[in-house]
Amino acid sequence: MIAETGHYALILALGVAIVQMVLPLIGTRLRDPQLTAIAVPAAQAEFVLIGIAFIALMTAYVTSDFSVANVWQNSHAAKPLLYKISGVWGNHEGSMVLWVLILALFGAAVATFGTNLPRQLQANVLAVQGSIAVAFLLFIIITSNPFTRFDPAPFDGQGLNPVLQDPALAFHPPFLYAGYVGFSMAFSFAVAALIDGRIDAAWARWVRPWTLAAWMCLTLGIAMGSWWAYYELGWGGFWFWDPVENASFMPWLAGTALLHSALVMEKRDALKVWTILLAIITFSLSLMGTFLVRSGVLTSVHAFAVDPARGIFILAIMGVFIGGALTLFAWRAPLLGQGGLFAPISREGALVLNNLLLTTACAAVFVGTLYPLALEAVTGDKISVGPPFFNLTFVPLIVPLLIAVPFGPLLAWKRGDLAAAAQRLMAAACLALAAMVLLLAFNQRGPWLAPFGIGLGVWLIMGALTEIAYRVKLGQASVSEIWRRLGNLPRAAYGSALAHAGLGLAVIGIVATTAWRSEAILALKPGETAEIAGYTLSFKGVAPRQGPNYRERVALFEVTRNGQAVTELMPSKREFTVERSGTTEAGIHASWRGDLYTVLGDELNDGAYTIRLYFNPLVRLIWLGALVMFFGGAVSLSDRRLRVGAPKRAQAKAAAVPVAE
Amino acid sequence: MTMPRRYLRTLLLSLALSFLALAPAHAVQPDEVLPDPALEARARAISAGLRCLVCQNQSIDDSDAPLARDLRLLVRERLKAGDSDQQIVDFVVARYGEFVLLKPRFLPHTLLLWFATPVVFAAALWLIWVAYRRRKAAGQSLAPLSTSEKRRLKRLLDEG
Repeated sequence: MIAETGHYALILALGVAIVQMVLPLIGTRLRDPQLTAIAVPAAQAEFVLIGIAFIALMTAYVTSDFSVANVWQNSHAAKPLLYKISGVWGNHEGSMVLWVLILALFGAAVATFGTNLPRQLQANVLAVQGSIAVAFLLFIIITSNPFTRFDPAPFDGQGLNPVLQDPALAFHPPFLYAGYVGFSMAFSFAVAALIDGRIDAAWARWVRPWTLAAWMCLTLGIAMGSWWAYYELGWGGFWFWDPVENASFMPWLAGTALLHSALVMEKRDALKVWTILLAIITFSLSLMGTFLVRSGVLTSVHAFAVDPARGIFILAIMGVFIGGALTLFAWRAPLLGQGGLFAPISREGALVLNNLLLTTACAAVFVGTLYPLALEAVTGDKISVGPPFFNLTFVPLIVPLLIAVPFGPLLAWKRGDLAAAAQRLMAAACLALAAMVLLLAFNQRGPWLAPFGIGLGVWLIMGALTEIAYRVKLGQASVSEIWRRLGNLPRAAYGSALAHAGLGLAVIGIVATTAWRSEAILALKPGETAEIAGYTLSFKGVAPRQGPNYRERVALFEVTRNGQAVTELMPSKREFTVERSGTTEAGIHASWRGDLYTVLGDELNDGAYTIRLYFNPLVRLIWLGALVMFFGGAVSLSDRRLRVGAPKRAQAKAAAVPVAE
Repeated sequence: MTMPRRYLRTLLLSLALSFLALAPAHAVQPDEVLPDPALEARARAISAGLRCLVCQNQSIDDSDAPLARDLRLLVRERLKAGDSDQQIVDFVVARYGEFVLLKPRFLPHTLLLWFATPVVFAAALWLIWVAYRRRKAAGQSLAPLSTSEKRRLKRLLDEG
């Protein structure tokens, strides 16, 4: 019954979504307030219905109802509860239900909290959201029904892929999807503005919080995925330029650019056309990410051709939304008009540079990810595009951006003074240079570029501090005045400084661990010792252990440093009984210097074991940096000026502008 | 359900999580490591640029697939035989095709790949330049107010 309820709720949700898509659009056209007003309850009902479907699916997973095919394929009675729950989105059908649930959640949020939006804009936004929901609900119902039943029901399920049974990966997809789907808000606002043929600074003010929230979720989602790859894949890599990673990284790059260009639009009423286009591009990249991952096209072009129904469906969705939005853009964008003027050296100019470099970097990732697929489809030639390509194309674009970041916030709007900004950044530059020189002097091994990279990270962090120091007039005003100013600074200023500093932390982590990681690959017998990065590890042997749904062999290392006991590490190899495959669990000791990372390999013939030891200096700064960026976004989001409700003045102004027909 | 299909599904499921789900990597084994550290470092550098043909976007240096091991041993054999890095890469490409290179070669069919980013960058720069010029030409100059404009502004403000 529960599964059928869920299925029924999904179909009802499709009906409601069609209403939400059609009636408000007619309403705004005919200026019928009652038709227009349907958008709000429709969006709320859609969320409730998809919520019911999602809860129904989750209930089937938690109660291990193996008569539901999806549960049988992806779960098992002996699986821990957390992974029964995460199993809901650990598969194609369930993850698409999560996708539309988040979409409906954002729609319901605009319906419920967007009460001070102009009715017309709100109705159009919800109608566009409704159309996205229609497309994806159709996709689920036609090609990916999660509620298909078996009769008779199988006795037990097939389990979940063991590498997915992990706490970080359990929550990675919801955050990633919240990011992907969150960008649909920016898209819907952009399309609504194009339908209206009117856009103003207030529009940017309404769009920014949604984009920021989506960006935060995506940042955290990508960081979780990278963190998981680091400790789960067994050799301490954190980013692989894999197409699936790139699929989530492209919307992040475009979304970051969008956050910055929306800022220009809000403050200066400039870059309107570009911001609209960027909003469309960002969500298009999210759709493309969904397509790449869902269609199987990444495994190989052939896998896609074998079972093309889903892939072609999503491709069609992409074509309609991207093509439609771009056509609308080409038709209506000229109506939007030009905004405020600015000199090349100005805050706006800096943000244009940010957008130029971020979007080009995004284009580099785009080409690197899709070119091999396109080439194979067109000529049949197979090539690989791996990390060396991205290091040569992406990095040269990002480095100048990182150098430019601290200048941006110190330049005035409209016309800035580069020399004055440079002067204020003197202290930051000196510290960064000092870090570089020190590292060059003590750098015994590793690439000579590494100290430069660390200097860049220091520059970013100090630059962020400089901005705050400048704004509170540190060194000029009295202590009490500085305190007063610190209290009065808008939270958005703290938010952006935090985000930029977080970027600096991540850069330091990436550079340090890439350049100075040490590694030892050994065949060790129990009782032997090994040394790495100043640690002495004594290998005590390997013992079996039983987990909830796996067996494992656990190695024991006693770790000492300068004769002092540090910790015990227990890397293991797990064998999952049901799924008949295994995982490697690294034993990791974290310290402020970096991570000692141990991996147990296979037993060799003579009683020795393959043991891998790594020392990854400062590696945690990568994820700490991402967390700080997330936190910066949260601080910015809590700024009163950025709350979901936009200020009254803007509303009055927007309402006063006649609607262009 | 037959075994191969089960594996295919597992593979797709891993992908489905929109993050790479590589098999746990064991990569280089202790018995492969060359005694000469300089030679071994070269072997690692070459391996990092060669793709494991049966894996999902992994280099042979990171992969624990048997084929990757064979390739790693091959690279080391050629190194011991005194080949240069370039000779070894050419040898592997001759045997396994261009697909094995993680950094595609600069050839007619990869021109677009390599040039796309610089072209996008140049085009974007050009667009920004055109937009800037057009706006300047539109007469909305950034020059400060002239004396007569300032006087008029003052008069208007005084009236209000």
